[in-house]
Amino acid sequence: MSEMTYRDALNLALKEEMRRDPSVVTWGEDVALYEGSFKVTRGLLAEFGEERVKDTPISENTIVGVSIGAAMGGLRPVAELMTVNFALLAMDQIVNHMAKIRSMFGGQTRLPMVVRAPGGGGSQLGAQHSQSLETYFMHCPGIHVAVPATPADARGLLKASIRDNNPVMFLEHELLYNSKGEVPDDTESLVPLGKAEVKREGKDVTIVAYSRMTILALQAAAELEKEGISCEVVDLRTLSPLDTETFIASVNKTGRAVVVEECWRAAGLGGHLASIIAEECFDRLLAPVRRVSGLDVPMPYSRKIEKLCIPQVETIAAAVRDVMSQKY
Amino acid sequence: MESKLRAILPDAELIRMYEQMVLSREFEESCAEQYTKGHITGFLHLYSGQEAVAVGATAGLHRDDYILSAYREHAQAIVRGAEPRRVMAELFGKRTGICKGKGGSMHLFDPNLSFMGGYAIVGGQFPIAVGLAFAAKFRKEGRIVACFFGDGAANQGTFHESLNWARLWELPVLFVCENNSYGIGTSVARASALPDIHRRTCGYDIPSERVYGMDVIAVYEAIKWAAEWVREQNRPFLIEAITYRFRGHSMADPGKYRSLAEVELWKSRDPVPAFANRLVEEEIATEAQLEGIRQQALVTLADAVKFAEESPWPEDSEVWEDVYA
Repeated sequence: MSEMTYRDALNLALKEEMRRDPSVVTWGEDVALYEGSFKVTRGLLAEFGEERVKDTPISENTIVGVSIGAAMGGLRPVAELMTVNFALLAMDQIVNHMAKIRSMFGGQTRLPMVVRAPGGGGSQLGAQHSQSLETYFMHCPGIHVAVPATPADARGLLKASIRDNNPVMFLEHELLYNSKGEVPDDTESLVPLGKAEVKREGKDVTIVAYSRMTILALQAAAELEKEGISCEVVDLRTLSPLDTETFIASVNKTGRAVVVEECWRAAGLGGHLASIIAEECFDRLLAPVRRVSGLDVPMPYSRKIEKLCIPQVETIAAAVRDVMSQKY
Repeated sequence: MESKLRAILPDAELIRMYEQMVLSREFEESCAEQYTKGHITGFLHLYSGQEAVAVGATAGLHRDDYILSAYREHAQAIVRGAEPRRVMAELFGKRTGICKGKGGSMHLFDPNLSFMGGYAIVGGQFPIAVGLAFAAKFRKEGRIVACFFGDGAANQGTFHESLNWARLWELPVLFVCENNSYGIGTSVARASALPDIHRRTCGYDIPSERVYGMDVIAVYEAIKWAAEWVREQNRPFLIEAITYRFRGHSMADPGKYRSLAEVELWKSRDPVPAFANRLVEEEIATEAQLEGIRQQALVTLADAVKFAEESPWPEDSEVWEDVYA
């Protein structure tokens, strides 16, 4: 194992897969010469050259569309959208094309491609640069959605996504890039898509989370342990495929569930998870399922009120205390 | 009499092109009939009137050059080699269809023919064509991409993004605009600040040419020359073919936005009899021979309809198939 940042783990995954497979190419706005807005693609141009590491015009819809064509033509493109907010400019190619091409053409082609997109709020970037759009992608059949929380999962999931024969929306969290963790040294150590992980075992309540929300949930669990509450934290790792088995088993064990989503609450993915828990664990539940969500407002700039809009360690802990106080 | 056509293509090839034009026309007429009978449902956009473009362009490309198109693409698929019976079965929604009944009229696809799809979001095919061209160049395959689109698509952002990108990365894309004067009911003049679509490429330093799209040989020569230029230069080119659709935008369109006189004028330029007349005049074929070709097309289509009718529906379980690889 080696300790490294989430950013370096992603960078390592890209380098390892590009070394392993000459059909892997990567492109996006400022990914080559500038080495990426978040420096995830540092060193790629120097090692792999401008045939495989390419800067693109600011044309997000076409970045995704060109990746679709290249994937259809036999390559394994990894596109970077500078931030997930700009994916909204590419929703036509993502939803109307990337997600549908295999199915509507009767399975005669496949799209082995990855669209990487950093996102999430909490850096005072204002309403247009702070969104958590994971529900948008999870809602759409035909694509996979990866949401790694740790450096090890970031590397393992990105490698698995590049090798997968389906299109993957790979959602990185901007506030995790500098976070550190242990990463396996084995270059064949992959994290399969569709496999959640119990990041912390507990017996009283299950917290279901993903991406940065997993990190906050683990911090909340550590606080709550001091109060005598034992939390199990399930990190989904991918939203599609969704590993329902792992969190259903956990909730059946603990009898209580808190679902944490960074996205907006209205029609957010937490509602979907809560409905699955209600359907599958009804007779084991000791309290109603609670959701902790982003506030349903465009993100304000001011850091004083921005943090109200994003789930925090304390709001997650409060939700856990709440479900612990209820008995049915 | 000295034949001008023979100087361009051998007799067999000319006859084959005529067969393709007739088959395309009769296929669409047959579709209209099957739609009226309720066998074909959903949207149905017919190509009648534009056959010279699909046939001339396909003849000017190499067999393995990629073709992408929009949602009025039956003829392009059939001319490229798709079996009429499998295309008809697709339109009937049957599992023997070219896309197992999952695509329908607007989403024909066959990678074995390098026919890379009909796309029904206007302008959606542009970036995909650019990506295929990148893959072909990266893998040194020597093939180019022909990207068909309508006049309406030239007003989408993807058109401009893709022209810029294809020129910037020096990719072998031949953009082929089928300008039939209308985006549904809105004429080019009412939708485009510069109605001469081929002139728009100057902003991206891409050469272009306009061709009379009712003349199959003119289209063939323009495409052949441009395709070879694209192949040799590894750079994009655009051809605007001026054409006309004889029917409405779709079967649901009565076409009240254009005058009867206008439609009649364009019907007098029908590319199918125009080519037939040239073949007879230049003694490449007799009228009896050409009538035989038409009769053969009708036999092919009767077979296609019968095949589609008798084919099984998809199984319910197939709804979950092919969503993921």
